[in-house]
Amino acid sequence: MKSFVFPEFQIIRDEQKCGQCRGCERQCAFGTHTYDPVADRLISDETKCAGCQRCVIFCPKHAIVIRPTPSFYRPNASWSREKLDDLKKQAETGGVILTGSGNDKPFRIYWDHMVLNASQVTNPSLDPLREPMELRTFLGAKPDLMDISSQEGVVSINTSLSPNLMVETPVLFSAMSYGAISYNAFRSLATAACKSGTYFNTGEGGLPKEMRQEFGRCAIVQVASGRFGIDAEYLNCSAAVEIKVGQGAKPGIGGHLPGEKVSELVAQTRMIPQGTDAISPAPHHDIYSIEDLSMLITALKEATNYEKPISVKIAAVHNFAAIASGIVRAGADIIAIDGLRGGTGAAPKAIRDNVGIPIELAISSLDRRLRGEGIRNRCSIIAAGGIRCSADVVKAIALGADAVYIGSAALIAMGCTLCQKCYTGKCNWGICTTDPRLTGRLNVEIASQRLSNLISAWSHEIAEMLGGMGINALESLRGNRDHLRGVGLHEWELDVLGIKGAGE
Amino acid sequence: MARADLCGDLSGPEDAPLRPEEAEIDATELETRALNDRLRELLLSGVGRVRIKNVCGQRYIGTRLYTPQHLKMDIEIFGTPGNDLAAFLFGHRITVHGNAQDGVGNTMDAGEVVVHGRAGDVLCFSMRGGEIYVRDGCGYRTALHMKEYEDKRPVLVIGGTSQDFLGEYMAGGIVLLLDLENKGHQANFIGTGMHGGVIYLRGSVEDCQLGSHVAHCPVDQSDRKILDHYITKFLERLPEVASRREEIVNSPFVRLTPRSKRPYSSLYTY
Amino acid sequence: MPRIRRELYNKEICACSIFGAMNQSGERFNAAGVMKAIANMHVRGNGLGGGFAAYGIYPEYKDYYAFHLMFTGKSRQDKLSAKAELEEFLAGKFDVVYEEEIPHRDESTVSDPPLVWRYFLLPHKHGEDEAISDEDYIVSKVMWVNTKIENAYVFSSGKNMGCFKGVGYPEEIGEYFMLDRLYQAYTWTVHGRFPTNTQAWWGGAHPFSLLDTSIVHNGEISSYGTNRWYLEMYGYACTLQTDTEVIAYAADLLMRRQRLPIEIVARILAPPIWNAIDRMNDSEKKLLTTLRMVYGPLLMNGPFAIIIGQTGRMIGLTDRIRLRPLTAARRGDMFYLSSEEASIRLISPELDRVWTPNGGEPVVGELNNMRTVLQ
Repeated sequence: MKSFVFPEFQIIRDEQKCGQCRGCERQCAFGTHTYDPVADRLISDETKCAGCQRCVIFCPKHAIVIRPTPSFYRPNASWSREKLDDLKKQAETGGVILTGSGNDKPFRIYWDHMVLNASQVTNPSLDPLREPMELRTFLGAKPDLMDISSQEGVVSINTSLSPNLMVETPVLFSAMSYGAISYNAFRSLATAACKSGTYFNTGEGGLPKEMRQEFGRCAIVQVASGRFGIDAEYLNCSAAVEIKVGQGAKPGIGGHLPGEKVSELVAQTRMIPQGTDAISPAPHHDIYSIEDLSMLITALKEATNYEKPISVKIAAVHNFAAIASGIVRAGADIIAIDGLRGGTGAAPKAIRDNVGIPIELAISSLDRRLRGEGIRNRCSIIAAGGIRCSADVVKAIALGADAVYIGSAALIAMGCTLCQKCYTGKCNWGICTTDPRLTGRLNVEIASQRLSNLISAWSHEIAEMLGGMGINALESLRGNRDHLRGVGLHEWELDVLGIKGAGE
Repeated sequence: MARADLCGDLSGPEDAPLRPEEAEIDATELETRALNDRLRELLLSGVGRVRIKNVCGQRYIGTRLYTPQHLKMDIEIFGTPGNDLAAFLFGHRITVHGNAQDGVGNTMDAGEVVVHGRAGDVLCFSMRGGEIYVRDGCGYRTALHMKEYEDKRPVLVIGGTSQDFLGEYMAGGIVLLLDLENKGHQANFIGTGMHGGVIYLRGSVEDCQLGSHVAHCPVDQSDRKILDHYITKFLERLPEVASRREEIVNSPFVRLTPRSKRPYSSLYTY
Repeated sequence: MPRIRRELYNKEICACSIFGAMNQSGERFNAAGVMKAIANMHVRGNGLGGGFAAYGIYPEYKDYYAFHLMFTGKSRQDKLSAKAELEEFLAGKFDVVYEEEIPHRDESTVSDPPLVWRYFLLPHKHGEDEAISDEDYIVSKVMWVNTKIENAYVFSSGKNMGCFKGVGYPEEIGEYFMLDRLYQAYTWTVHGRFPTNTQAWWGGAHPFSLLDTSIVHNGEISSYGTNRWYLEMYGYACTLQTDTEVIAYAADLLMRRQRLPIEIVARILAPPIWNAIDRMNDSEKKLLTTLRMVYGPLLMNGPFAIIIGQTGRMIGLTDRIRLRPLTAARRGDMFYLSSEEASIRLISPELDRVWTPNGGEPVVGELNNMRTVLQ
């Protein structure tokens, strides 16, 4: 059937600059650029182009420009080009439209409608370059009170304490499975996490055996509905265990790793046949109700000798605060909430763009709910889903989160340009692919250095913002809504966020 | 980094000689404003020496004494002067028989202050010239942003020890802590952001007490000359500790200096 | 389900002077000296707030809780209706053995004073309340009055102690309530205020007090939003629009309800810096790391110098990087705390020892016969 769909991108090659080095041909796994021996020049096929900008960055002569195609249907506020083209594709194939990365639709970004405070006169702002500025925090359950006794000057703690993760900066790497991302990308995240005093999350792809000894102590290992790669060693080498109930990009449906991406090593780690699709079902089939979750949490605590905090990751949806409250009472030490803009390697576009709520509203509502019930101390909240910069981190913590997970941001640090073609397995940056010709392009040392640089730069910026507010310890920012004001928000949004409007 | 040379004598710019006329003020019940009014009156009327008795908390003593002719006065304070003693001081000499409070020598330009007791927080903040001698210890944030230019160099000598954040942002000048009671230097965050000047500590200090941009090493011969000069001056002004000069001068001292003029050059991305 | 409205609370900001004097032998004295001392720091305030806490002032009623009530409102009628409503509440919940207006001078310079009364009472518990302790009962009823009865505020609720405060310079408040003539206490703490909100109100002055704990505070708490939500989870209502309130409630929670000693409480409110903790020996490190982990939301960030008064004790504490001054001094049985040394010298020119404590380290003065007093 002939396709009626526009190519999404336009490729402009400056023939004068182009040295015909064929570098672009080598760089593009989509086969966009090919050398035509008859015409003795490079030609480009727009229909194949994903807009990932790899050839543009790597062209030694900067001869290529790739931009969204200027071809247009008649402008129509309701029927955007995307809507028209997606419909045509479905008419051609009868299939579900798949996509990658996070929600790109113009839902309101609440981070950009909140502003931060600074101290002046009545309270000195603190200079993070010279005065101590502490970003260290602990993730896990805390007791309500401590029973301390002292005898002959020796103080002993009588309360039994739950295990906690100590993290030097409140930014953690979000769950991205080996298989969804390449081995090199996965290892870069692990390396940077250990170097920067934070943690990475294995996602549902398991943790390769050779990485366990070196990186286990910085790993939050996931137990997802497909139960891939889970053995007792996997659980016990980790720093924490996370039960994945849902994720922000595709709440309510499971994970899907296309067979193309299930290489030999992926198959070995996940313990499934090579080349098969790795499907994680939507629910955990042993959790059909909250008491089942409580059972799984306790089972994992038993399996890890009660030495590791157990986290539960859920997507932020409509009544999630009530669900989360139940999860805390079921024994979870950490709740990870993933909002509307969370990324993924593959999800149906209809689900990615329409299901879930923005994380900003979710953090606030969850924090208030737990406080209202008097159980806020029993868990830590990690927020995820479209955290783009250090200011977002500061605002998330002021709204009530203990820390944030970054997924898309970490990939962007390694080179990702959000072209949303992760599900094809042809990531030219070597990130979301298992094709060894492509994964070799990502050097673990360099990529992990980029990630560490990112964490370091954000940590400095967070310290500057905290100091500006007259705060020198992260504990004093958490849930401190007094330091936030809303700009350009409706009354109901201010109410849900629990903040005043600027000037109020 | 240029090492501190022996400082010139204490006189300020275009110095006028001290007049012998004396006066006395009883500061009981006198508010800050009234006391400083009186002091200025006395200065302008030709008095060279003043004794102020029963001082209790009055602030900014010595601050309002700038004159275009650079008249000088010698002030003796009995009691506890309030905050910002000798703030913006322009060349006078002040002696305190008692403890001083916070802000002594704030942005002081020239002159001399001697305290027969202790001083509080933020001593010598932004001091740019002159000398201050304190017999006992001092509080937090001593010598913050002290500065110097060519041969205009402020000096602070403390007979005891200091609390945290000593020499923060220091850009010049000489600070000398003698720890005469041998209690050991307990301060933390010494010299954070230091980018000029020098701190001498009698005794020793741990690396973990110092800011990351501070280099420390034992003193050498030229340091010893400087130490000798200022210790002698200290003992002359505070005779109650005179007896141990040899012991003090021959003790081990460490010298703290900044590692670089631009400690934060790699922090920013453009 | 109705939408939950956001809390539009206001937090007044103030800078100030504080002073405390305690005779550790238990000998009592009037407020004349401390009034002089705080007047000496007049320039630190702006006349929009002052107050005193005094311990040992009601020996004939020492076994009863002394509630000091403030009835505000635009007209005298507003004040009287608030009083009536409050007394009806008291009648059902307490046995009041004596009540009277707190004596004051009329000709002084304070502005727009509320009606100020004191009630000496004991809890009268019914039903479920019989299971809870007297002190928890008092706290919950005080929170109730302060949130539910309009124009009525309990600003002092301990035994054999009381707070006196209002809008005016502290020496003016001292004269208004005749503290130099009518009362003898073994501990006086005083506060002079410099709020940046010109519509200061009597309830916003320091000290803040709950049961026998009183706080006077110089500084601003930048962690107020965090401290507040944590305390609200334990049943404390922050209604007095001033950040000092959270210190009083934190002290009540940690010292009275959780019975932690002051050295530990100081480590919670003003913990050492992490790199100092990391260098400590194993057991200290474990203790301090655990305290920060569990009580992180009670860390008081921002500059502060506070004096905590309690039965038989006076405690001074500053923030962990000592952004506010505090001088401590001793002379014989007397123990002094002050924002400035000169004020201490004014009433005691000779001192045995004067020092400025390190940030985050408490200085504690206790009655020599502490054990007897507590019984």
